[in-house]
Amino acid sequence: MSRKFLSGNEAFAEGIRLARPQVISAYPITPQTIVVERLSEMVEDGSLSAEYVHVESEHSALSCAIGASAAGARAFTATSSQGLLYMAECLYYAAGGRFPIVMMNADRSTALPWNIYGDQRDSLSQLDSGWIQSYAENAQEALDLALMSYKIAEDKRVQTPYMANLDGFVLTHTYETVDIPTHEQADSFLPPYETDNRIDFETPKNMAFSAGPDTNFIFKYKEHKGLLAAAEVVKEVEADFARIFGRHYTGLTENYLTDDAEYIIVTLGSIAGLCRETADKLREQGVKAGVVRIRYMRPFPNEEIADVLRNAKAYAVLEKDISFGNEGTVFTNVNSALKKAGIDVKGCNFIGGLGGKNISAGDIENIYTSIAKGTESVNFIGIGGGGNGK
Amino acid sequence: MRPYVREKTGFTFDEVPENTSFEAGYLTTVNSGWRSIRPVIDTAKCVGCEQCYLYCPDGVISINDGKAVIDYDFCKGCGICAKICKIGAIEMEAERK
Amino acid sequence: MANKVAESISREEFFYGHKACAGCGGSLAVRAALKVLGPKAVSVLPAGCMSAVGFNFPQLCFSNNSIISTFAGTASMLTGVEAGLRARGYKDFTAVGFAGDGGTADIGIQALSGAIDRNDNIIYICYDNEAYMNTGIQKSGLTPFGAKTTTTPAGANIHGNIRPKKNMFEIAAAHDIPYAATASVGYIYDFIQKVQKASQIQGTKYIHVIAPCPTGWGVAPDATVDIAKEVVDCGLWYLAEYENGTFRLNHKPKEFTDVTSYLKKQGRFRHLTDEDIQVITASRDKKWEYINKNFEL
Repeated sequence: MSRKFLSGNEAFAEGIRLARPQVISAYPITPQTIVVERLSEMVEDGSLSAEYVHVESEHSALSCAIGASAAGARAFTATSSQGLLYMAECLYYAAGGRFPIVMMNADRSTALPWNIYGDQRDSLSQLDSGWIQSYAENAQEALDLALMSYKIAEDKRVQTPYMANLDGFVLTHTYETVDIPTHEQADSFLPPYETDNRIDFETPKNMAFSAGPDTNFIFKYKEHKGLLAAAEVVKEVEADFARIFGRHYTGLTENYLTDDAEYIIVTLGSIAGLCRETADKLREQGVKAGVVRIRYMRPFPNEEIADVLRNAKAYAVLEKDISFGNEGTVFTNVNSALKKAGIDVKGCNFIGGLGGKNISAGDIENIYTSIAKGTESVNFIGIGGGGNGK
Repeated sequence: MRPYVREKTGFTFDEVPENTSFEAGYLTTVNSGWRSIRPVIDTAKCVGCEQCYLYCPDGVISINDGKAVIDYDFCKGCGICAKICKIGAIEMEAERK
Repeated sequence: MANKVAESISREEFFYGHKACAGCGGSLAVRAALKVLGPKAVSVLPAGCMSAVGFNFPQLCFSNNSIISTFAGTASMLTGVEAGLRARGYKDFTAVGFAGDGGTADIGIQALSGAIDRNDNIIYICYDNEAYMNTGIQKSGLTPFGAKTTTTPAGANIHGNIRPKKNMFEIAAAHDIPYAATASVGYIYDFIQKVQKASQIQGTKYIHVIAPCPTGWGVAPDATVDIAKEVVDCGLWYLAEYENGTFRLNHKPKEFTDVTSYLKKQGRFRHLTDEDIQVITASRDKKWEYINKNFEL
């Protein structure tokens, strides 16, 4: 094991190097570029043995990765924002074909207006595409997820592609000290990819075919079950990971001071750290504040969310997303989890950070204050202009 | 080797594959019902030149003992073979149903 | 009576039992090419006629490894398949794509250009039936001037398609591709030889084969081969190759057969006026002037 001072992108690239992908299809987009640059350097210097394909678009990036996966190879690609939307067709294709590709997505705003900074509207708009979706908080977690992602995606019970989301700039471009495991450790954790969902010259296959109404529904149901199965597999893989690397993760969600919390912020990604700091501060003032960080949006942690919010007085969902004409998508998902569990706790949505707008400690403190005294269902952080912008 | 018709045509929930890959060349239905006319080989005339074999879009013609043979399970009766046959060894005849 | 061409390709059938229309030129192209390439061919077919007629679970009509790609993704999936198999240690295989005219010249041209640019070791075969036939005969970038399609109706004001075909062969060649060729299912020996040649060349190979669609062209099912031959004989298509920076004409008709006769036997061209046919004939002559000047014989 070595320690290096790395950005989120670089840490993720290190994790991918350790996972030994056999085919990497790369197309640059800000703020993902560092990942594909580092991987190209690793291929150049021989520290990574992979076919590195300079594709001419994101659609081709994922199409190429699907082809490689169909050949039985471990495949990697990375994208962001407009690129993710441009390859959207292939997202559904990869999931429907059960190709366990791993893709890093640098969460970024989507046009219009153009903006390169981080929000999560790109990946959250693709929740229905059939991919596992994780949201890392820091560079170490990014590296660890890169390594765990293949083990989860390739599990026979899962066979589902994996989208690892890192907040654009805030995580992709900020540096911290990261532990980098050795190849020996990584190899003992992650075996080579084996599947029967591949081209086979002994027993040839017809793949990615059509299926009519009599069986189509069954294929889609099995796809759904595969993605659901990832919930359990995530926990198993994290237990394996802890055994080999000594770092512990907490499944689909990560709770902070929630045991006795009256007011809980549910959020995802890199903003969680500031939420925890704010919760600490409020605790000192006697406010029973807690934080739930959603680590996986798919499969969605329905039970975990219900369990942790059950005894709260109020909760807020803080997200860098909006489903126009309704509310933040994470809020919708959280509310559904509670409704299914028969839990009636007042919840409010706080939408912030769109287009990279800063969310301050004061903003977060204000969220706790607002839900304690009651506020509107959907709130927009820091937009001014009266209304409930605050 | 060529795709061929299998006995098993229906797939229950458990039999539907987990992913979209399956045995290559697995046929469940024939195409003979498409035909209104059928090519008939005059084996006395056929010299086995294989023009019909090469030009058949469905690949249903093979050469056996130097003569063209048609797999009527999959012939659609397009008539290309009859037209391509320079010596008139293939006639299209009405399909009797 | 031995047929040398028949002897030179596999006796096995790799595309069989499919639900293509009777007399389908595209299926003939796919069948013939796979008989050249054999069981180690891995075929990639985008959404389109050949995938629609060949891959309906559990009726799966390819006996070799075959996979459907996205409509735009024939070439990029070929790239991935080739890279993936090579990464897994396979050497003795051929990644071959079969895409229609729309899948190639329109929605798939970007991915194709990328693959040629990278010089990926693949064969890309465009079976050109000159319109989006699978969706019901809509105009593509390879629909010829004057053709009536369901989106280029022939009326009093506009006589079908107002634009000529894109020149995919020379577009591919302009990448300085190792090998590009034109072909027609009407000259199947020539097509087979070109696929054989392509299979021996390292890098990207592009073969553009005219493959009539009786349904879309408005001809009888048994006319496919004849009309595919006639389009070459009347000079509206040509058989050529590009290799080592040189264009070569493979077949020069002594004199062209009648363009009007070729056009008028097809439903899609029946509305054309004498003036329309003059436009087509003039553009043919201009093209041949170029070919005679720039292509070796």
